[in-house]
Amino acid sequence: MDADLIVLVLFAAIKTGTPLLLIALGEVICEKSGILNLGQEGMMLMGAVVGFIAAYSTGNAGFGVLAAMLMGSFMSLIFGVLVLHLGANQVATGLALTIFGTGLSAFIGSDFVGHTVQGFQPIAIPLLSKIPYLGEILFNHDILVYLSFVLAVIIAYVANKTRIGLVLKAVGENPHAANAIGIKVLRVRYLAIMFGGAMTGLAGSYMSLVYTPMWAENMTAGRGWIALALVVFASWRVGRIMLGAYLFGFASIMHLVLQGLGVDISSNLLAMMPYVATVIVMVIISADQFKEKLLAPRSLGKPFDPRHMA
Amino acid sequence: MAETLKKRHLIPRIELANITKQYPGCLANDNVSLTLMPGEIHALLGENGAGKSTLVKTIYGVVAPDSGDIIWDGKAVEIKSPSIARDLGIGMVFQHFSLFETLTVSQNIELCLSKKQLIAIGDLAKKITELSKEYGLDVNPNRYVHSLSIGERQRVEIMRCLVQSVKLLILDEPTSVLTPQEVSGLFEVLRTLAKEGCSILFISHKLHEVTEICQQATILRGGKVVDTCEPSKETPASIAKMMVGDLAEQDAGYSKKVGTHTVFEAKSLTLPAKHPFGTSLKNINFDLKAGEILGIAGVAGNGQDELMAIISGEDDRNVNNTLTFLSQSIGNLSAGGRRKLGMAYVPEERLGRGAVPDMSLTENTLLTHSEGFVKNGLVQWQSLKNYANTLISHYKIKCHGEFSEAKSLSGGNLQKFIMGREIGQNPKVLICAHPTWGVDVGAALAIHQALLELRDQGAAILLVSEDIDELFLLADRMGAVCDGYLSPVIKTEDATIDQIGQWMAGTFIDTSSQHPEEAIA
Amino acid sequence: MIRIQARTEPSSIMKVASPLIAIVLTLIFGCILFSALNKNPFEALHVLLIAPLSDMYNIGEMLVKMSPLLFCAVGLSLCYRANMWNIGAEGQLLAGALGGSAVALLFIDSTSVFALPLTLIAGIISGMLWSAVPTYLKLRFNSNLILTTIMFNYIALYLLIWAVNGPLRDPDGYGFPESAMFSDSTTLPILLEGSRIHLGILFAVISAFVGWFILSKTHLGFQIRVFGADEPAAKYAGFSGKKLSWFVMLFSGALAGFAGVCEVTGPIGQLVPNVSPGYGYSAIIVAYLGRLHPLGAIVAAIFLAVLYMGGDLAQIQMGIPVAVVGMFQGVLLFFLLACDFFIRNRLTFNNQVTN
Repeated sequence: MDADLIVLVLFAAIKTGTPLLLIALGEVICEKSGILNLGQEGMMLMGAVVGFIAAYSTGNAGFGVLAAMLMGSFMSLIFGVLVLHLGANQVATGLALTIFGTGLSAFIGSDFVGHTVQGFQPIAIPLLSKIPYLGEILFNHDILVYLSFVLAVIIAYVANKTRIGLVLKAVGENPHAANAIGIKVLRVRYLAIMFGGAMTGLAGSYMSLVYTPMWAENMTAGRGWIALALVVFASWRVGRIMLGAYLFGFASIMHLVLQGLGVDISSNLLAMMPYVATVIVMVIISADQFKEKLLAPRSLGKPFDPRHMA
Repeated sequence: MAETLKKRHLIPRIELANITKQYPGCLANDNVSLTLMPGEIHALLGENGAGKSTLVKTIYGVVAPDSGDIIWDGKAVEIKSPSIARDLGIGMVFQHFSLFETLTVSQNIELCLSKKQLIAIGDLAKKITELSKEYGLDVNPNRYVHSLSIGERQRVEIMRCLVQSVKLLILDEPTSVLTPQEVSGLFEVLRTLAKEGCSILFISHKLHEVTEICQQATILRGGKVVDTCEPSKETPASIAKMMVGDLAEQDAGYSKKVGTHTVFEAKSLTLPAKHPFGTSLKNINFDLKAGEILGIAGVAGNGQDELMAIISGEDDRNVNNTLTFLSQSIGNLSAGGRRKLGMAYVPEERLGRGAVPDMSLTENTLLTHSEGFVKNGLVQWQSLKNYANTLISHYKIKCHGEFSEAKSLSGGNLQKFIMGREIGQNPKVLICAHPTWGVDVGAALAIHQALLELRDQGAAILLVSEDIDELFLLADRMGAVCDGYLSPVIKTEDATIDQIGQWMAGTFIDTSSQHPEEAIA
Repeated sequence: MIRIQARTEPSSIMKVASPLIAIVLTLIFGCILFSALNKNPFEALHVLLIAPLSDMYNIGEMLVKMSPLLFCAVGLSLCYRANMWNIGAEGQLLAGALGGSAVALLFIDSTSVFALPLTLIAGIISGMLWSAVPTYLKLRFNSNLILTTIMFNYIALYLLIWAVNGPLRDPDGYGFPESAMFSDSTTLPILLEGSRIHLGILFAVISAFVGWFILSKTHLGFQIRVFGADEPAAKYAGFSGKKLSWFVMLFSGALAGFAGVCEVTGPIGQLVPNVSPGYGYSAIIVAYLGRLHPLGAIVAAIFLAVLYMGGDLAQIQMGIPVAVVGMFQGVLLFFLLACDFFIRNRLTFNNQVTN
């Protein structure tokens, strides 16, 4: 395998890993507050279709991104109301969100199938992109990829170094105690959920505006679910999410690499790779129960209702 | 002293006027009024469910009252949230601590402070260390809370109030989690604070403590103020009467028994913790004889839960050759297998472990008592219903009927049900954890008598409790756990509260950790 | 002023009424949506809900669609009762279709009476295998069941696509990604002449009764319910969580596999890439709508089958995209979850507030 191919593969791994990274960055904040939102796939599809339609009708991809993020937030708000105010089961509500998003996106997108839009073009960053190999891998992307780099740094900083991060961690560990010392648990959780939704919407628009760029039914192909596995893989740590996203990105393009190397395996079997890889990774990561209990937000998935506190 | 303070400061620190709070199906506070002067240590007394916790949460802004007024330093205030309470100078130490285990001590304290306060304090860690020295609290700001003992955690909670110059400190049953020696340390701190003019509202149901430290007391029953008194002029017995009313029977002294043959034995039981914040068990040895109650004292979190889980088989790790039941090794049997041999178990958590909250009493009977009610894999629902009704009438369980959901019962009635269900299986060994916490006096009495009756029928009973008084009342022999070690076990007649208290604090560990049983001989 | 008040006892009326209210709210939502799209809402609802039941042929088709939904939903009801979040019915169904087809194709020239039973058993075992792997991974390695079962859905889909493009492709099929048509000996008998009502539908209904019997009459069913409602209590009582998990997962895998093999040996008659239009996912909604009660699932499966039929008709007759069905399913589940709030809470009006 020559150097050019390696550069090409790593470049593609970052591109493919970016939507996973964006979703996982949002979901990790949501999960740190104790909420498990399984609706990623549905929100991502809605982000993709709304982003595409907005960009297609205005001719401006920026509007597309904005619309997708708003849509993602709105979808997650539905989830938030059901889970936080109506006490619905988080797993069931997340599934409902995915089923709803899958159906609704196909419904509103049916007139736009087959069209293309002018998405974001790669921008070579001056100087940095001239670094041999590294420049080509890291600094020759479109703006959304750079945005994901910046967001990862900001989110890591906020989660680990600021009071917001402290509050998030407190709410996710013990909402009853947080409520008792006067933290507005529901407000924190709403914000975390909606932040997660916006990030997933953004990831959706990345798919339909940059990655393909077009709209097709079910185009996200399980990426929302893989991103959820990624959060577990990363043990709720932002640095490892970034690493994991690109690893998963690499797994998704493995079949291209193998075909490039002349390996003769059916493309349908190779298409299973990311899913098989996800299962294997989850098995390896979760096997250490002791560690997972230590790292997972302790109230994750458990309902909390401040009104029922006697 | 209280009198002179009152003369100096004519304005009360806080006045509650006609506070009322209604919960669905329960009037938690009914026109409660209460006055606290600066520097006064005031006891709030009452049985479980009398409305004490609701009242203090109202003061701290966690619960909004339906009606009533709060007057703070002479001005009417509305305390809408804990942060408003803290701004006024109100601090609270919760019964179930409101600490975050995955954060450090100083992060925990920081969460309770506003930006302004943080800037005013400057170096928080330094301030904590200073206050630690000043009040003798010994709190290290950089440690993670999960690594702290219960007593240390309480000191963190108190520290959390001290860093913001507190004028009213509320403590919700602070001593129930401490060893007797730690209690005197806490009282020193409280007295120092009171001298500096801080008012203290002290919830407890340990009456000798109240008479020791409090100048005034308000007694609640059924959400209402039924009496006030000066504890120094009362006896624990006279205060108890005010709390429960005249009609309630009291536990009298019970006779002690000597067990016959060994039924259950634990030998060199050593087990690493399963959970990151759990306790490992270290070389535990004891034997349990037919016809006796063996009491195990200890502050919560010292290995009791882990010990119970491994004995009952809920912790399914194989500990062969360490647990013996009637000379049969049972360390590799499942929880169900041990039940079949004649072991029964009353867990600490009634709702959510001892009983399924959303299931009827009939179904909850089947939970552990399936013998005779399952034929060829099919449940005999009708005979099960009849049996559930028998339990209800025999133990005088207050409920609508066998169809009532477990969660609709009060703590005491549910505990009577669980106790009855387990005893109804004629166990040879009954493992019983904290049987009367949070239970009213009447139910506690019934539970005590049921346990003694079972003992007198020849069953072996292992009783784990944080309530030393209860252990002295019921146990024939007793010991204490600390940090996963078990102290020597001695006859209750030979034990003193002071001795058991020292064992709870772990004094036995260093000198005799190898063979604690022999050390006493 | 309207206030929300917690009930002291959960309302048994709302437990039954909640799915019905959710359906009504979904229909109202549909009316608003169709009006917004300039379609006559009543005509649309008629096509969606009434037309599928208008004649015997349509009712037959509806039953054909009900069968896989019901099979999967019965299994999922038991899983969810046990708190095992199996989202893998779709993959288990596909695995059943694939495994069954592989065996059916061995009997392509056979007239043996054992051909059909063997084919069905192969489908059932394939479904069980497909649920066994995630179950093993959860129990042995503590991996997240939701995510592994989802991944196994995708893996099953690609495996199926690979099979119809490779080993199982009809050699005389001009390269289409399809298997050969199965022989009569491996085709489910038709119960009603002139319709496509096949034996599988009867099996599906029987499976619902079996599920109901297990849950409400047996000690095993009781243990499943306790395990799901309150795991610490199940541990305390000494129930084996592992055994219960295995049972519900294998039971549900078997039923989903059965559903899959019935599809290929029944209405389809061969293995094709799109065996299922998402029956395994819709079955989640069916299970919830049926209150996780196997008999409730019968009613719920009929409702969703009508909706599937109606979706097809609406596309043909009114040009409404068939994706509307998926959206309605999501909305329905949202409304159901929201309505369930009123099982434990109620609205009170100020003048009625009393103690």
